Amino acid sequence: MNATQSPNSFRSGPDDQGHFGLFGGRFVAETLMPLILELDEAYTAAKADPAFQAELESLGKHYIGRPSPLYFAERLTQHLGGAKIYFKREELNHTGSHKVNNCIGQILLARRMGKTRIIAETGAGQHGVASATVSARFGYPCVVYMGATDVERQKPNVFRMKLLGAEVKPVTAGAGTLKDAMNEALRDWVSNVEDTYYLIGTAAGPHPYPAMVRDFQSVIGIETRAQILEAEGRLPDVLVAAVGGGSNAIGLFHPFLDDPDVQIYGVEAGGRGLEGEEHCASLNAGRPGVLHGNRTYLLQNADGQILEGHSISAGLDYPGVGPEHSFLKDTGRVTYVPITDDETLEAFGLCTRLEGIIPALEPSHALAQVIKLAPTMGKDQILVMNLSGRGDKDVHTVAAHLGMEL
Amino acid sequence: MTGTRIDRRFKALAAAARPALVTFVTAGDPDYDTSLKILQALPEAGADIIELGMPFSDPMADGPAIQAAGLRALKAGQTLVRTLEMVRIFRLGDDTTPIVLMGYFNPIYSYGPERFVTDAHAAGVDGLIIVDLPPEADDELCLPALNAGLNFIRLATPTTDEKRLPSVLRNTSGFVYYVSILGVTGTAAPDSARVSAAVERIKAHTDLPVAVGFGVKTPEQAASIGRTADAVVVGSAIVAAVADSLDADGRATESTVGGVADLVRSLSQGVRAARLLAAE
Repeated sequence: MNATQSPNSFRSGPDDQGHFGLFGGRFVAETLMPLILELDEAYTAAKADPAFQAELESLGKHYIGRPSPLYFAERLTQHLGGAKIYFKREELNHTGSHKVNNCIGQILLARRMGKTRIIAETGAGQHGVASATVSARFGYPCVVYMGATDVERQKPNVFRMKLLGAEVKPVTAGAGTLKDAMNEALRDWVSNVEDTYYLIGTAAGPHPYPAMVRDFQSVIGIETRAQILEAEGRLPDVLVAAVGGGSNAIGLFHPFLDDPDVQIYGVEAGGRGLEGEEHCASLNAGRPGVLHGNRTYLLQNADGQILEGHSISAGLDYPGVGPEHSFLKDTGRVTYVPITDDETLEAFGLCTRLEGIIPALEPSHALAQVIKLAPTMGKDQILVMNLSGRGDKDVHTVAAHLGMEL
Repeated sequence: MTGTRIDRRFKALAAAARPALVTFVTAGDPDYDTSLKILQALPEAGADIIELGMPFSDPMADGPAIQAAGLRALKAGQTLVRTLEMVRIFRLGDDTTPIVLMGYFNPIYSYGPERFVTDAHAAGVDGLIIVDLPPEADDELCLPALNAGLNFIRLATPTTDEKRLPSVLRNTSGFVYYVSILGVTGTAAPDSARVSAAVERIKAHTDLPVAVGFGVKTPEQAASIGRTADAVVVGSAIVAAVADSLDADGRATESTVGGVADLVRSLSQGVRAARLLAAE
């Protein structure tokens, strides 16, 4: 193994084989191996190409609406009575979540590679919508694989994807959630290797996806760094973000990993509690395994079969996690904590009423952790949370939990 | 060196101037007892080599037939431990038919790769095909398996180019498995002219026997592929025969074992006719 990771930095991974310590790598069928290697080469070249970076930046500014604001949540801060709370407003991006940052980057890469068809997997539908959006913008046909259960609970997003011209294929295998959608997308890719670009939505999968998605999402942390320095003249004390596959979290965290005074919390879906199997807390309740092309923490039984997991939020409903998060857990750099469905709903309600912002259920997990942390911190301390998506898509789910009909 | 049962079987078939029929079944499908009976019936029905699928919850390279078989087996309580036990019992009655375990890495990683290769060898397993372990990951399982006396059989595919082929073949032993289609198992029919060109290309790089599979379903296809390939692999069609024989509740019926054996018998006739046809 050619280790290129410096022991003095948490930011130097992965090595050239895609390893973050024990985690990551390329565990894929031989049919896909040449494609993954081609993608790695193409991405390495694009990353170093000023024209590629300039186009990415221009679309970020004029199409996505970057930079997203760093907003001082004044009333929530007063209510909790502790640290100053800032929201990184990724929900204000075009399409309503952080997902589009990565999709713009990858669609430019797909075009550069001469691919003519886009496939994607989606859980909550946010990545599906962002993929359908950039496919429309660049004129590519797009197929989105989505678990049948998720198609049912995320109807507004399914309709948005169809409006944008994408074909949504419901996946009935397994429990019909994100992992099953990802299996089906991989099967499509292996069957259509010539023309198809697989636009993975989270910082997981075979190398180079985890590193590439992180790079495209790191704009979140890079902007946050500049914005908090401007607002407060110093770095934050605490960062908080929700972790499903972990793309919004790694995007916020990565630029701060080598700042030892910044404490970092990743929030996993605790579902109905970690004592049973109805959660998606792979870092807190799983163990290392190999799935979807990488080694990472997975929810699995004693025989190594992958469990389905549960979360109120379809976007966190994944039994694995990006390999860099597994690395950051084992090194102790980031603290990963679970938040239950009930805590999430409470946080959702509080933010909506106090700040006039309806957050998605995914960042509502992060918000619930903020509600726990902020009161334990001093009033001169600063906390930044990634508000990674807006909650319009979740109002039906929330209504159902509150026993209301829309 | 006497080699493994796989090496001996290919040597004998080369002497007999006919290709091997490799049959795939999923261990524990539709239940442990029926699956063991199927396994025991395969050699007599004409299977020269048996591929035994280790069921996995997320079989990313498999089409609908083998996905469903894996889920049936898992639902019936199949585990990696029970799959090894099945091989051990099979070996009590058959010490010559090679058995290759085929599946995905995670259940083995969970079991512990070193412990697994030791236990598999002791149970009477001859080789492994692990779909999601490319040559770049040889340290994980391939090298321990070779050290334990198992063959490690690699997949070569239509996307494996000249540049990559040597690294795919480097630690491969027993035979090379050529994936005849771009896609998942059992979803398309291979084009026999293209397949024979690919087999020739691989043979230019190795002396190992070349098996061809992923889309072969009928005795006619088996015969056609068998003209140039050293072995023909049939999987989805056999697994579909298991599925078709089940009752409405998904349980085995009286025709399950016999139905599979009948299909294997007709495939075997196709394979045996391959070289005769080629000679005409």
